[in-house]
Amino acid sequence: MAAVFFFIAGIGAIAGAIGVATVRNPFYAVLALVCHLLSLAALFLLLRAEFIAAAQVVVYAGAVMVLYVFVVAYVGSQDEPVRPAGGPGLRVASIVFATLLAVELFIAVLGSGLKGIDGKGAPYEPGFGSPAAIGELLLTRFLFPFEAASFLLLMAAVGAVVLARRRGGLEGGDEEVVRAIPTRLPKGAGSIAEGVGIINPTADLERPAIGAGAVDADQERGR
Amino acid sequence: MAIGWYLTVSALVFCIGAAGVMTRRSPLVILLCLELMLNAANLSLIAFSRMWGNGDGQIFAIIVMVVAACEVCIGLGLVVAMFRRRLPIDVDEMRELHG
Repeated sequence: MAAVFFFIAGIGAIAGAIGVATVRNPFYAVLALVCHLLSLAALFLLLRAEFIAAAQVVVYAGAVMVLYVFVVAYVGSQDEPVRPAGGPGLRVASIVFATLLAVELFIAVLGSGLKGIDGKGAPYEPGFGSPAAIGELLLTRFLFPFEAASFLLLMAAVGAVVLARRRGGLEGGDEEVVRAIPTRLPKGAGSIAEGVGIINPTADLERPAIGAGAVDADQERGR
Repeated sequence: MAIGWYLTVSALVFCIGAAGVMTRRSPLVILLCLELMLNAANLSLIAFSRMWGNGDGQIFAIIVMVVAACEVCIGLGLVVAMFRRRLPIDVDEMRELHG
């Protein structure tokens, strides 16, 4: 039974990975990665890592992927141009390199004479991989990595805010929006600037206001 | 299932991710392929944790997940900054590091 689940989850994980690496539309690539992460969580469950599997589903397939979907929707899921990067030679070379890496890893995994790899692992003890066991390890033996990881998260959050903030006034697209908004109101329109006395609405009342002037010119042309 | 099967799946996913990082051009997809590679490493860490029967590998996997979250955070911030400066979302066009 475990073998059936392993093959279903393994094929799902590999298919999701191939989908991420080959699909042109980034939105579908994100969905393929969600499929891959869920299959991987099933594999983690088969390896008796219950807490990691739950964290994988909630944190990875939930939160991080929502962040991806938001950014893909913000940037616009434009398809990549078909033209390969840096000519076809570089693409072929990179695929050959990845194939060589796969061959090397398979030789390392399958060709090694290690007894532990062929076995099913250590005998299962109750409580292995449970939140209690993980929490105890995190707060006793691995306290320093835990604190370092939390500090790293803090730095990443501050860095993301610094990267995404607006610096030095308005940027390209926003100026057009500001220009489209009518900033010169006709005199006497009751704007806040008049209310606080920056503009005196009765200073040049004889001269017609901007909007009214245009109407007068039209009327004169009509006469 | 023997531990070797999990390691085989992990190796395959890692190589697919490496091929994706090297062949794709959109920084979003490159980040996704980096996630693939980190997850493949996570799978083998957890498989070794099962093999030895202690939880050290699982702690390592949690730390890797934290690092992956930080990487996503900064990477997506860079993509958003590129988009707002009207730069092309293409790693081949980003040749100069100034500004």
